Formats: sequence, C-alpha cells, structure tokens
Amino acid sequence: MTVTVLLFASYAEAVGRSTIELEVESGATVRDVIDRIREIGNATRLPPTPMVAVNEQYASRDRELRQGDEVALIPPVAGG
Amino acid sequence: MYSSIVDHPIDVGAMIERVGRAANGAAVLFLGNVREVNEGREVTGIEYTAYRSMAERELASIVEEAAALGDTNDVAVEHRLGELVVGECSVAVAVGHPHRVRAFETARYVVEELKRRVPIWKREHYVDGTREWVSAATSKPETQLVDIGDER
Repeated sequence: MTVTVLLFASYAEAVGRSTIELEVESGATVRDVIDRIREIGNATRLPPTPMVAVNEQYASRDRELRQGDEVALIPPVAGG
Repeated sequence: MYSSIVDHPIDVGAMIERVGRAANGAAVLFLGNVREVNEGREVTGIEYTAYRSMAERELASIVEEAAALGDTNDVAVEHRLGELVVGECSVAVAVGHPHRVRAFETARYVVEELKRRVPIWKREHYVDGTREWVSAATSKPETQLVDIGDER
C-alpha cells in the first residue's frame, strides 16, 4: 500500500524533499515509516523519535497505517 | 470563537472587536512580536511556515478548549505566516470575559498551547545573512511571575 509522507522545515531540508509517496507493507506502522525516511535523508538531522501526525492528528509510533494515510513528521514546533 | 492562519498583517483592532460584548468587563489582548535579539544573535526578521491544514485544525481545537475552560465564547486567535521583520506581530490572542482573571488565564492558555501543539515553524534571519530554524528548546514557556490565585 502507499502512504504520503510530509516533511516540514528542518526535516524537509534534511531529506531534500517535502512530499514522498512511500510504498509500505500492509500492517506497517508509523515507526516503519520513520525508519525508511531516516534511510533516505540525513539521519543525523532526523531524530529517531520525531513527533508524528497521521491525517492531521498527532499519533503514536505504534499507530498502524492504512492505504492513503498522510503521515507528517513534525519538527519541534515554534509558533508564536 | 475565531481562529485563523493568515498571510497578511494582523489587524489588532479587529481582534479586540471580535471579543467585544456588553457583558464583558474585561478584554485581554496578547501580541507576539518579532524580537530583535534571540539567544544573543541579532535578528532582522523571521520566516514562518506551517503544516497549514493541521495548524488550522489545532488552533480551532485550542480555542474550543480555552472557551470551555474560561467559560466564555469570546476567544479569538490569529497567526500570521510568511516573512516578518522585527517589530511585526506574528500572533494575536484576544479574550473577552465578564471578569479579568478568567480573561487573562484563558488568553494564557491559548498562547501556551499554541506554542506547544500547533505545527508552525520559524526560521530566523540574522544580520550576518545566515538563517536558522528555531528549535523548541529556545521557546520554552517563561516563568510565571506571580501566582494569580483563585480569584474569579
């Protein structure tokens, strides 16, 4: 199945892209996606346990993904 | 209740009007402005970006929570994105309430939760021409100066 990974700010810079369509196995979790993205990007700049949102809501690393999910890796937020 | 992410300068007067009501004896307005020095480095401006759809959703949730906690529907927040120069306003929070203590507390809740949860990032531009993403470590809540107690 395919999920869409969104990267922002420093994470987008580390990986060199802001959107990645990722093919993952059925039953894959957020953790699997993080591991894959860290292989693509500059892993030293992408922490092993970033904040993650699935379909615009914060989610745990154990969250099981479904076809078409939007997985966003969220750098430390700094609004205001 | 009102929450919005905008690409234009924030109209501060309009924010106050959003929470104005005859029953409200208090209106609190918080403005977050771009500061000229951060962590000892001289700043010329800040570029704000966001995961916009989620940021809008989180902001709306925070306003709803604040309204429930503060027992007032007169809660408004606006956050600006894009490139801002020193002195410009990046965020405005306005709260109206019959009494001041709840108004202050409710505004404070919105600001602190916004800084904790809303997916917005800023990249500071320095006088020497370099740019850096600001990490959360430099945006911790400031120490509370006074205990405002239980007065309602």
